[in-house]
Amino acid sequence: MSYIQIIKNGIIKDNPTFVLMLGMCPTLATTTSALNGLSMGLATMTVLLCTNVVISCIKNITPDKVRIPVFIVIIAAFVTLLQMVIKAYLPDIDKALGLFIPLIVVNCIILGRAEAFAAKNTPLASLIDGVGIGLGFTLGLTLLGIVREILGSGSIFGWTFIPEDYNILLFVLAPGAFITLGYLIAIVNKLKK
Amino acid sequence: MKKLESTLLNMVLVLTGVAVLMGFVLAYMNHFTAAPIALQKNEALQEGIKTVMASDKIVVTSIDTLHLHDAKGKDQVFIIYHNKKGAAIESTTLGFGGPLKVLIGFDTEGTILGYTILEHQETPGLGAKADQWFQQGQNGCIIGLNPADSLYVKKDGGQVDAITASTITSRAFLLAVNNAYKAYNGLNN
Repeated sequence: MSYIQIIKNGIIKDNPTFVLMLGMCPTLATTTSALNGLSMGLATMTVLLCTNVVISCIKNITPDKVRIPVFIVIIAAFVTLLQMVIKAYLPDIDKALGLFIPLIVVNCIILGRAEAFAAKNTPLASLIDGVGIGLGFTLGLTLLGIVREILGSGSIFGWTFIPEDYNILLFVLAPGAFITLGYLIAIVNKLKK
Repeated sequence: MKKLESTLLNMVLVLTGVAVLMGFVLAYMNHFTAAPIALQKNEALQEGIKTVMASDKIVVTSIDTLHLHDAKGKDQVFIIYHNKKGAAIESTTLGFGGPLKVLIGFDTEGTILGYTILEHQETPGLGAKADQWFQQGQNGCIIGLNPADSLYVKKDGGQVDAITASTITSRAFLLAVNNAYKAYNGLNN
């Protein structure tokens, strides 16, 4: 499988949000605006890149029966690192995403890719896979955030163009996340045919 | 290289090794980020104090920490930053999504000069609007009011407009303001 194929798979064929349906909790919770969705996607991608490479490097010295705990320790360490860096240098993002950064530890995309890809492939291929899946996740979250922000807050990336009276509150709340995700999955399925 | 066998010794060694190594990495990074994090927090607080006292030149003269109990006997902590215009008071209540930490500035008479939200977990687009909603010129303006008679939302017979569709957040916010006033007043008398 060529590297370009791996990236394409991550974005289209195995898109974590619209096809694999992994990591639904942060997907639904953080996409209240386009910027939040984008930051969450990039944060997850950063962790995914690091864990994929490290796990791929140590795959031969990890006994099979303890691989899941070893993976989780590595993932948790990288997430904590990311959280410390964000808190120290990007306080605005920390304010917007706060609680959801530590929750990346239990994001099934990361453990899923460690198990399904990094544990079987070379570090370079795993890095490429991280880029593909990470971009796919970021794209999905940003798209969801854009739709919800336009309908719910009448703005896009914070730039308002619809007066507040015409905003549909529902789309900022949890039900709006489910409705938007449902329609986006339907559209993606239709386009893929 | 052949994959390592799952013997007890191998498993214990690898798992312990990974945990220790990651622990070291985290401790090492913490060493670098601890100072900037503390700096960010302190900067946010100093900015907040300036905002709520409506003045750029505010020097905190003394800091008091006050422990009180609410009606249900739960512990409440207030941090009071005294300055020559009055005091900025940090007050925490339970909002819709979790703790709501508010910094409120009072002049020496107890009139509200300004406020800012330090920490919250309210719904984005709804309760999270609290950082703007109660400011000067907004619908629920509380600046210039004196909470000697406690502030309430209109639904509860008070004079403040609640945030649309976020009455719980509004109640929690006003409770934080009222509590802060009581703490400030209690300290002055």
